[in-house]
Amino acid sequence: MDVMPKWAEVVLVPLISLLLAAILSGLVILAIGEDPIAALKLMIDGALGSTYGWGYTLYYATNFMFTGLAVSVAFHARLFNIGGEGQAMLGGLGVALACLFIPWPHWSLGLLGAIVLAGAFGAIWAAVPAYLQAKRGSHIVITTIMFNFIAAAVLNYMLVNVLRPQGAMDPATARFPEAVHLPTLHDILAPIGISFSKAAPANVSLLVAIIACVLVWLLIWRTKLGYEIRAYGHSESAAKYAGISPVKITMIAMTISGALAGMMAINNVMGEAERLVLNATEGAGFIGIAVALMGRSHPLGVFIAAILFGFLYQGGAELALWTSIPRELIVVIQALVILFTGALDNMVRMPLERIFLALRKGGN
Amino acid sequence: MDFFTLIQILDATVRLAIPLLLACLAGLFSERAGIFDIGLEGKMLAAAFFSAAIASMTGSVWIGLLAGIAASLFLSGVHGLASITFRGNQLISGVAINFLAAGMTVLIAQSWFSQGGRTPSLSGAERFNPINFPGALTTTNEVKAASPLMQVYSELLSGHSLLVYFALLTVPMTWWLLYRTRFGLRLRAVGENPAAVDTAGVSVVGLRYAAVAICGILCGIAGAYLSTALQAGFVKDMSAGRGFIALAALIFAKWRPWHALYATFLFGLFQALELRPDVIEAVIGMKIQGQFLGALPYIMTVVILAGFVGKAIPPRAGGEPYVKER
Repeated sequence: MDVMPKWAEVVLVPLISLLLAAILSGLVILAIGEDPIAALKLMIDGALGSTYGWGYTLYYATNFMFTGLAVSVAFHARLFNIGGEGQAMLGGLGVALACLFIPWPHWSLGLLGAIVLAGAFGAIWAAVPAYLQAKRGSHIVITTIMFNFIAAAVLNYMLVNVLRPQGAMDPATARFPEAVHLPTLHDILAPIGISFSKAAPANVSLLVAIIACVLVWLLIWRTKLGYEIRAYGHSESAAKYAGISPVKITMIAMTISGALAGMMAINNVMGEAERLVLNATEGAGFIGIAVALMGRSHPLGVFIAAILFGFLYQGGAELALWTSIPRELIVVIQALVILFTGALDNMVRMPLERIFLALRKGGN
Repeated sequence: MDFFTLIQILDATVRLAIPLLLACLAGLFSERAGIFDIGLEGKMLAAAFFSAAIASMTGSVWIGLLAGIAASLFLSGVHGLASITFRGNQLISGVAINFLAAGMTVLIAQSWFSQGGRTPSLSGAERFNPINFPGALTTTNEVKAASPLMQVYSELLSGHSLLVYFALLTVPMTWWLLYRTRFGLRLRAVGENPAAVDTAGVSVVGLRYAAVAICGILCGIAGAYLSTALQAGFVKDMSAGRGFIALAALIFAKWRPWHALYATFLFGLFQALELRPDVIEAVIGMKIQGQFLGALPYIMTVVILAGFVGKAIPPRAGGEPYVKER
């Protein structure tokens, strides 16, 4: 029985949760002695007031689209992939290997190659926990957390001991060759007469991310596999009875999830830094959790939530630059979003359901 | 490697294992009652900050400790509200708590002290200082020259802060509470079969809140230890993944108190060895990557979880919200 109409389920509940998170964030800003309205203004100005701001907002949003989709796909199979961070780190390793050791003639081929390697590395890093969950019954949340730490150690080792150019001090790879530098939004938009900031890092990966959103939508709602993933997510026993193999679905959903998280690296490693550095992911893997929860695991929702978080990230950076509010404010907002749209979902839902029930009784 | 180096490493092991032990026992109470808690890290971090901040403001480490416990209990309350009262996803709630602590500690630290997200360094009565046993030698040179027994006494047994000895006491206390009291029996039962406990007329919600509160207190002490005993003051992200290592240790220990002691000391030893690469090289004659030692607890946990070496079976009702039948 659906107590609430669909629009309330899809729009009203997330909106109220978000509002609660926003009010609390405002109170936090007030409590540390700053003006929330002025802060919001500064954030909007800094993140959306110029093509430079937009360029950063969209750059961050691209990261979050990939990781948000990654978490969403796993959520549809009722798997909580908390390992997006580690998978994105490994994806970065894949991108670095693709860019440094294969002489690509053109960036477009380089991008395709990097997508394949980044996806493959991320997929493998997710497939191991998936296999352990499906075959050996180890809890996927714990194993993916452990794999985040192991990934950090692997990356640290690779950068310090293997990939660091001789004589270089900081643990990072050499710069990628000129041929694999991705065109930025400035390069893409200039020929059609739109001037876009040259300094902003948003690049062609944004288009890849949007394509990924569409493909994930097609996969989940328009294919047999997507149907099986959703069926398994709704009820494992019913899915089993219908002849859907839990092992297969767990493996496939997590592999796709890991590949998506890994692909984030084409944006931050190939598109922005143009070399692999330590901590290149900057927590984007975890923000994917907030993005997926807020977007209700729907690609369109993820797209919107990713842009909102891109705005928060860029706006937060501006805040840290111009006021005494540290960047960590974004982490707090992210936590509140996860708390209200994820864990305290029922706190918003239960009273709403009661209201709608009362309305329905009144109507009859 | 001489005997004194060994003692030094064991001494560092004790220091580093204590926060893991406290957090691990905290997780043990929560998970034995059927509430998964991946927010140990956040609770420790919040407690570390508030202990150091309040200790520095009041000049008393004891008031600091209470503040740390209160901060940790508050986060436990949020976790309880989300996962017990509103039957939300316990894992998502834990993730939120970790981020909340990571962000809020820096935000408040910056607002209160303006020192780039740290507290002023603590000294004197603002810290838990080492307790020297009667007759124990205190300077390194004296200890080095003493007999092996005296070295063990002076370096390994003596000279820790009060919280270290307290933490070691919590192990038998936890064992006794869980296996020798009615409360413990019910707490374990509520993690395995809450419906049975409910049928017996005992409040599932009450028991689970009690477990989550104990978890909060222990995490609070662990956090206070980090910033007022192990180090002198709070720095950003100072829990440094210890909450997750504690979680790993909990699985390694298969949710049993005495085994939690062994597991956390083993992982503490890895951390101590990570700081002394020279010793490893001298002993086994080859270099081991520091990164490998750092990742070893995680790798071992994955292997244990995979059931290749023994099988770790979590409490049966873990992670499931309890819905009372109507």
